[in-house]
Parts: sequence; structure tokens; C-alpha cells
Amino acid sequence: MLATIMAAAVRLLCGCRPRWSVAIDFNEPLVYFANHSSHFDAVLIWAGLPPTVRRRTRMIAAKDYWEATPLRRWLSRKVFDAILIDRESPSRANNPIDQLCAALESGVSVIIFPEGGRTDDHELQTFRAGLWHLARRRPTQLFVPVWLENLSRVLPKGEFLPVPVLCGLTFGSPLTRPPNADRKAFLELLHTELTALAETHA
Amino acid sequence: MIDSSMQILLGIVFGALVSGTVTGQLLKRRAHSEAMSRLALNLNDRMRAWWIMVAVFVVSILVGGIATIVLFGVSSFLAFREFVTLTPTRRGDHRALFWAFFVIIPIQFTLVAVKWYGMFAVFIPVYAFMFIPARIAVAGEAANYLERTSKIQWGLMVCVFFISHVPALMMLEIPHYEGRNANLLFFFIMVVQLNDVLQYVFGNLLGKSKVAPAISPNKTWGGLLGGVIAVTAIGGSLYWVTPFSWYAAAAITCAIAIVGFLGDLTMSAVKRDLGVKDYSASLPGHGGVLDRLDSVVFAAPLFFHLVRYYYT
Repeated sequence: MLATIMAAAVRLLCGCRPRWSVAIDFNEPLVYFANHSSHFDAVLIWAGLPPTVRRRTRMIAAKDYWEATPLRRWLSRKVFDAILIDRESPSRANNPIDQLCAALESGVSVIIFPEGGRTDDHELQTFRAGLWHLARRRPTQLFVPVWLENLSRVLPKGEFLPVPVLCGLTFGSPLTRPPNADRKAFLELLHTELTALAETHA
Repeated sequence: MIDSSMQILLGIVFGALVSGTVTGQLLKRRAHSEAMSRLALNLNDRMRAWWIMVAVFVVSILVGGIATIVLFGVSSFLAFREFVTLTPTRRGDHRALFWAFFVIIPIQFTLVAVKWYGMFAVFIPVYAFMFIPARIAVAGEAANYLERTSKIQWGLMVCVFFISHVPALMMLEIPHYEGRNANLLFFFIMVVQLNDVLQYVFGNLLGKSKVAPAISPNKTWGGLLGGVIAVTAIGGSLYWVTPFSWYAAAAITCAIAIVGFLGDLTMSAVKRDLGVKDYSASLPGHGGVLDRLDSVVFAAPLFFHLVRYYYT
């Protein structure tokens, strides 16, 4: 209920007509990876998914940001049901990759921003290794590139109130790790796919 | 609420929708060229969107009062969102835009609801136009200040101030026309939209010499003249819906047809400048909300003031 209201509010803010490059099979858990420029990014992807799929999709978010205020804590837990990861003191006990794998194994899809931080310019940064670790642990895992546009105008870094701007939300074709790809090759492949997606819809 | 003249208007609109839909389907069946099936496809998309727009509009008019104001308030919000999306704004405009969307738009339409004409007429052109540049100046980003400020102000003028004159028709107190302002609003929207359609049709039928080829390649002098004459005749013949005499109805229709055309042309010039064909893709076959309302924006204040000066 809360989630539905929130998704409708996001649509009012961002327009949010998702574009699909191919028909995606939502029956198995997917890893969505996207460019990151705003705290709103994950919310937009989540709101753009069909409602039944949305219920089985969780965003990965930084614990320090989403637990900083009571409002954010409520949003991340009750509304978005995000998987909060500890950026500040990662340990063996709260290894984020374990958390993600557990979610994927239970049939839940996840939304990840592999650049690690938010960037205001449109240049896609190099990816962190998280996606690679997931691909190594789950060899048949499908990764879906998602290109977001205009989000930094909805909620720029350092602002807390959003402004309505129509946003672009494009889902690319799912990929798996090629058997012989090493860490560098795999991350570069994902990076190239996301850049290509951005260029076809520019 | 629904008097006999409203019933006839609804009948006419329904008839037009049905005949447009039938024509579209016939065209689709009979299409024997690439261009013709593309035309049919566009017409069918448009007709589908028309049905929905007319349904929403008719329901909000019939419910009346707040529903009409909310409909145009939401349209303003969506139009301004399209405008802001296409206008390059910067970080320093963020807070000012937040105010524009979530404070200025609601206040403007609340002023319509409470029928405070004096404030309604000056709120955006005076107070919002002081507030927005001041708020952007306080944000402290000097690069392209004048350009950014004027774009936001122009957006507010067109998308909010002008559009708010449509539901403002409900606040006019016209002697011997009490309780029938909804008919006037219906008459206005119908005439403006009909003008769009007729100018398009006549533009395709007659006239080679274009009004402003660099801005809008489809608008010909023949189309303009044909459209204005036809819509003036229709507007004049619908005088019994309005508080006007038949010749006043014709004259007012003629004025809103010409100004509607100019509004359409102006909004096309903005699109040319921004380098886009449509304001967005939210209404299939039509483009964005602003593509549908482009001819309403200029015509609404003119119609409002003509009625206000001569009939209240």
C-alpha cells in the first residue's frame, strides 16, 4: 500500500515511462545495475518496475545515509524495504556480498550502483568489484543494465527536496558472465554495455 | 448541472469523436500506401487520446467547482514539468523551482478557488516574479543568471498563469447567466481545440505559402484563413450556449481563433529553440500536455478578459 502510493508519487515527480530494449523474464532474480547521480535513482528504477515485480525487488543502499534520520529509516525499512549495507565498518559478519547473495537466492532481485558513489557529470566512473564477486559466486546470474537520465536534476547532491523533472529510465538486455572473463574483462563488459545503452537513447 | 445546451454540446462532441474514430478505422482498412497508413496510425493514436482527454474534461466539468480547478492545476503542473525538463536549469535554480512547483502553482489555483480576482491577476506577474529571481540570487550562482531566471519566469507565465485563466472563467459573475459558467468553459475549450483541428485540415487542403516556415512548416496562410473562418462560423452558431449575441459570439470566436493560432506558433518557436519536436511523449499521437494546450495558453486570458470586461 505504502509502496504503491510512493511509486505513484515518484511517477508524478519524474514521469517515469520505462523503456525496455528487450522483453525481460522477471521469473528469476535479476541484478539491475545503473549509473548513479542522486539518492532518487534506486527509487525511480523501483517505481518503474511492474508492481508485481517491484514487490520482489530490493534496492541496495548505504546504511549510514538511510539510517541517519527517523524519516529515512522509516522510508528505507517500511516503504522501500531496502537492503542496507554498512559502508563504514564492513566485517566478515556483515559482508555485503553475502547479504546480496542471500537475497538473490531467496528469489529477490536487487538494484546496485556499481560506481560506488554519486557523480554529477554524465561520465560513467569505473565500476567497483561488487558485481564481479556476485558473478563469481553465482555463475548463471543475469545482470540488467539500467540507464538513468535527469535524476541529478530531480534531487541533486546535497539537496533534500525534489523538483519534478521528466526522467529517462531505460532497461537494457540481460547479460551473464562469459565463462572465460576475468574480473577486469567482466567489469569492462558491463561498463561498455551501460555506456552503449546510454548512447542509443541519447 | 447539465442543462439542455450542455446536453447538445456533449452530443456534438460525442458525434465528432465517433466520426473521427470511424474515419481512422476506415483509413486503416483502406490504406494502400506507406504514408496513408502512417496517417491512419497517427489519427487512431490521437483519437484514443482524445477519448480519454474528453472523458476527463467532461467529468471534471460536470462535477464542477474544485474538480475543474484541480484538473487545470494538474495540467499546469504537468506542463511546467515538461517545460522545466527541456530548459537547461542549474543547481542554483533547484530551490526556486521547488517553490514554483509546490507553492506558486497551488497558490495560483487556490486564488481561483476562493475567487480573489485582484490577487489572482497579480500574484504571478508581480509577486512570483519578484520571488523567483530573488531566490535564485540568494542561491548565489551568477552564471547565465538573467537567462535562467527569464526561462523559469516565462515557463510560469505560460504554463501556470495563462492556463489558470481557464478555470478562472468559473469565478466570473455574469448577470442572467448564473450557474452556467461551466457551459462557457466548455464552449471555450471546444472552440480552441476545434480551431486546432480545422487549421490542420485546411492547412493540408489549401495554401502553399507558409506563415513562418522556419518555425512551423505545417502552418499556411490558407489554413489559417480557412480555419478561422470555419471556426468563427461554428462559434457564432453556438451563441445560445454563451451569454453572447450571435455576432458577439462570432467576433469573440474569431479573436480566440487568431490568438490560439499565435499561441500555437509561439510554443512551436520555443520547441524549435530547445531543439525538440514535442514537449514530451505523455499523450500518444499528440506529444506532451503542452503540445495539446499550446493554443489554449494565449487564448485563455484573452477570452477571460473579453468576457470580464463586456459581460460582468
